[in-house]
Amino acid sequence: MTQRINRRQFNQAAAGLAAAAAFAPFGIVRAQAAKLKVGVLLPRSGVQGFIGQSCQKGADLAPGVIKEMLGVDIELMNADTESNVDTARTRAERLIQEGAHVLVGPFDSGAAVAIAQVAEQRGVPFVINIAAAPPITKQGYKFVFRNFQTAIDIVRNGLDLIGDLFRASNVAPRTAVFMHVNDTFGQAMAKGIGAILPGRTQLPFKLVDTISYDPAAKDLTVEISKARASNPDFLLLVCRLNDAILLRREMVKQRWNPMGIISPGSPGMYEEQYFKTLGKLSEYSISNVPWYNPKAELTAVVEKAFLKQNPKDKLVFHALNVGFTFEAILIAADAFKRARSTEPKTLAEAIRQTNIAKKMMLGAPIKFSAEGQVEGIGSACVQNLGGIPTVVLPQGAATAKPVFPAPYYKKA
Amino acid sequence: MPWDLVLNVAIAGILTGLVYGLMALGLSVIFGVVRVVNFAHGEMMTIAMYAAVVLFAAFRLDPFLAVLPVAVAFFAFGYLLQAGLINPFITRPEHSQFMLLVAVAIVLVNGLLLAFGPDARNVLVDYQLESYAVGRILFDKARVFAAAMAVATSAALFAFFRFTRTGKAIRACADNYLGAKVVGLNVKRYYALTFGLGSACVAVAGCMMILLVDVTPSLGPAYTLLAFVIVIVGGLGSMGGALLGGVLIGLSEALAGVFIEPSAKSMFSFALLILVLLFRPQGLLGRKVS
Amino acid sequence: MNLRIAGLLALLAAALVALPLVASPYVLSVATLILYFAYAGQAWNVMMGFAGQLSLGHSLYVGLAGYASAGLFFHYGIGPWAGLWLAIALCTAAGAAIGFLAFRFGISGVYFALLTIAFAEFTRIGFDHIKWLGGPGGLFIKVSQRETWDLANLRGTPEMFYYVMLALAAGAFVLCWLLLRSRAGYYWQAIRENEEAAQALGINTFRWKMLAVVVSAAMTSLAGVFFAFYYNNLFPEQVFHISRSIEIILGPIIGGIGTLFGPILGAAVLTVLADGITELLAALGLEIPGVKQVFYGLVLLVVVMFLPNGIWPTLARRLGLSK
Repeated sequence: MTQRINRRQFNQAAAGLAAAAAFAPFGIVRAQAAKLKVGVLLPRSGVQGFIGQSCQKGADLAPGVIKEMLGVDIELMNADTESNVDTARTRAERLIQEGAHVLVGPFDSGAAVAIAQVAEQRGVPFVINIAAAPPITKQGYKFVFRNFQTAIDIVRNGLDLIGDLFRASNVAPRTAVFMHVNDTFGQAMAKGIGAILPGRTQLPFKLVDTISYDPAAKDLTVEISKARASNPDFLLLVCRLNDAILLRREMVKQRWNPMGIISPGSPGMYEEQYFKTLGKLSEYSISNVPWYNPKAELTAVVEKAFLKQNPKDKLVFHALNVGFTFEAILIAADAFKRARSTEPKTLAEAIRQTNIAKKMMLGAPIKFSAEGQVEGIGSACVQNLGGIPTVVLPQGAATAKPVFPAPYYKKA
Repeated sequence: MPWDLVLNVAIAGILTGLVYGLMALGLSVIFGVVRVVNFAHGEMMTIAMYAAVVLFAAFRLDPFLAVLPVAVAFFAFGYLLQAGLINPFITRPEHSQFMLLVAVAIVLVNGLLLAFGPDARNVLVDYQLESYAVGRILFDKARVFAAAMAVATSAALFAFFRFTRTGKAIRACADNYLGAKVVGLNVKRYYALTFGLGSACVAVAGCMMILLVDVTPSLGPAYTLLAFVIVIVGGLGSMGGALLGGVLIGLSEALAGVFIEPSAKSMFSFALLILVLLFRPQGLLGRKVS
Repeated sequence: MNLRIAGLLALLAAALVALPLVASPYVLSVATLILYFAYAGQAWNVMMGFAGQLSLGHSLYVGLAGYASAGLFFHYGIGPWAGLWLAIALCTAAGAAIGFLAFRFGISGVYFALLTIAFAEFTRIGFDHIKWLGGPGGLFIKVSQRETWDLANLRGTPEMFYYVMLALAAGAFVLCWLLLRSRAGYYWQAIRENEEAAQALGINTFRWKMLAVVVSAAMTSLAGVFFAFYYNNLFPEQVFHISRSIEIILGPIIGGIGTLFGPILGAAVLTVLADGITELLAALGLEIPGVKQVFYGLVLLVVVMFLPNGIWPTLARRLGLSK
């Protein structure tokens, strides 16, 4: 018995000496941790479970990629917000208590507000991966940062891309019907469109009707009937996955074949389930959303790491979720590298000074405004071609040409 | 408002309403006889829909054919649920029954979420996207078939209760619990039988519904509420009432969607429920509660 | 009240008051949540446990109060202590309306429960369309500071919110204790046990049932005001949702309907349970998301089946505390 303990003690001592020796040559003996502890808050269960798990893939591949890129060590502390705001708040508290130096997440605007309050209160930086509600960065917080477009930006970029699409296809539709899901996100987008569209005089179309629908609706017959009745040239749609599928099928059932279905910036039509469920019917739908630059160097690196961890999956079906989650952790790691400290206030200051040009999502280099918002994040026109969401605009990042109007278009 | 739009929507509403009616029929039968508030009714419907999805994915079984195995399975499940879990709760206060079934519902919904994930699932049969055209009016093929099945099943159930001995015995238990026991009927067994029948109804409704609507785990609670609204509007214990209630709700939601804001169309059903509860609590075709 | 109970109560009170001094912020946030559900559960208990009316739409009052006070603060800068009165008035009116409609037309039991659900759902969808209160996009209150205690505007540290909630929960406890011993309490219990017999005895059941509903609604409204200023954002989908109504009633039902300690015990057990299951699963290495909720449901099932009157009555008997 005594012998074994002695041997174990010996081994531990040896390991300790080895570790000390590893650091000694650099003369850096840090009292603080040499690792950045990143608390990752995502809805891995509950209604947003799939999306949260998708984002988690972006988090899981981050430590490896970032170690190679920046030489920085990251330790992930994963927590499940369970698609519930109360849980998000208590989990955030818990992570901070367990020593997280920075928080990342949480995909949902409601949870983001709750966590932001905790982060601000405890003085721990919080980098938001995905959340579109504008008020989040208007609270005057000093520790909250968002690397995602607000609903207004999404709409602005989305509408601009529609203009580009029409120019590229040499078509000028006159009328559109606007349908949107009546939830937090849909309503923010609708507000944005109401504010921005009238000013966009270079866009050739007018909205002939606006129809909002319940996100939990089991049946959208009425909505499509109404939309079709006004005989618009195309459908402008702000949706989520399940209702996007419902709407598309209803359109076929009611024999409505407009020039196309264009989303100025909402999830749904580029998600894997949309393709799987609708098969050929998913073709030609267009979503103008933040996306990764397929031609960026970092994208290739991330894609390789993604395929290694998820051999049966395709990065393109997780473009936003993985991309922004990865970038959020990248921001934290980059700040850590510059600050050389895990002290939260120092980290927050470092994050504020961020200037990352080598990124994977489309748009200008990552720079935070005084309010903690990144400006200049771009969107891409992503069209479903050959069963894959394909970037067709802007031309610099495009891997195919847009198809508009869709081949199924029948003038009513 | 173009007339063909209104007519199309109205017809779709009526057809869908018939399937809702079948679902509510199951609930009406259960509540009318066993007097248990089945707050897991919607979850059972959801499970039936998932069953159809799984059978289709595995064996390419058309939901119309899946009806048989699913209904049988649900009959057994309902029977066991009543005999095993719910029986001791019949004499307990309502909130206890409610809590029991809410707990069952929580387990079911989250179990489904775990097994299938939150994304919508569905079946893809050819006739789902086809419609019959009569001039400018479109009859959705799948909807017509589903409604036909709903009516057929309701008729079969009605015949069962009207003309068979077991059916009459069950009605006796519902009408007069004490009297039935005095006459020597094995009430407990009939309760279990009724729960089984009600569940089988839900199973058929589920297989039909999957042709019209995609299924997600969160559909459960919404359907439970809908079933109760229909049963109360149509009248507890009245089978015709359940179908009528279903049609009314389907129609009113459709028309409310056309004339008012579509996203507010559910408000209409609740408003209808409140009105019925206040002014005619026994429902349109129900008998006055003693 | 016997000496043993009084002693234990004093101990509990002292522990609760001292909690922020020793607890981590995480524990404090959990404790605040427990107190919130204990309070809301206590308020609901008045209607159900005392007067026997099953309300499944209590989120209606939380939402109305929250939006009323938040709306006033957001649009006119009126602080919560003033906005509170509007909230109470609104909820009292809503409760009275529901009560009146129900009792006047003889609706009880399941039908009453469904009526409350219908009202809550109706309001939920309705608020989704009220643009002045943010619609589905939500109403966000600006968080100005979190350093000092600004009780007037309910802006401040988590400790402040903890003490506010503690005060509310304690107040509710005392109020319910007084109510139970008053004439109202006796009439309510009579009505709950057998309404017809109570009527035969000459009790104006309509009046006393209305009182229960109104008191319950008014008490719940305070929870709504707290909710709005603690979370600083309101979405109709979340606030009025039926799952929130169910959350509120889980505590009293598990803890013990109609008892004073039931709601508090229930809220504590449930919150600790939820967290405990997460920790247990993590420790066992079962990191499968979604398993926790299934476990939670199963535990609920077991409690409902084997402890039909809730945990408190059994616990009290064991501890020798019951009268």
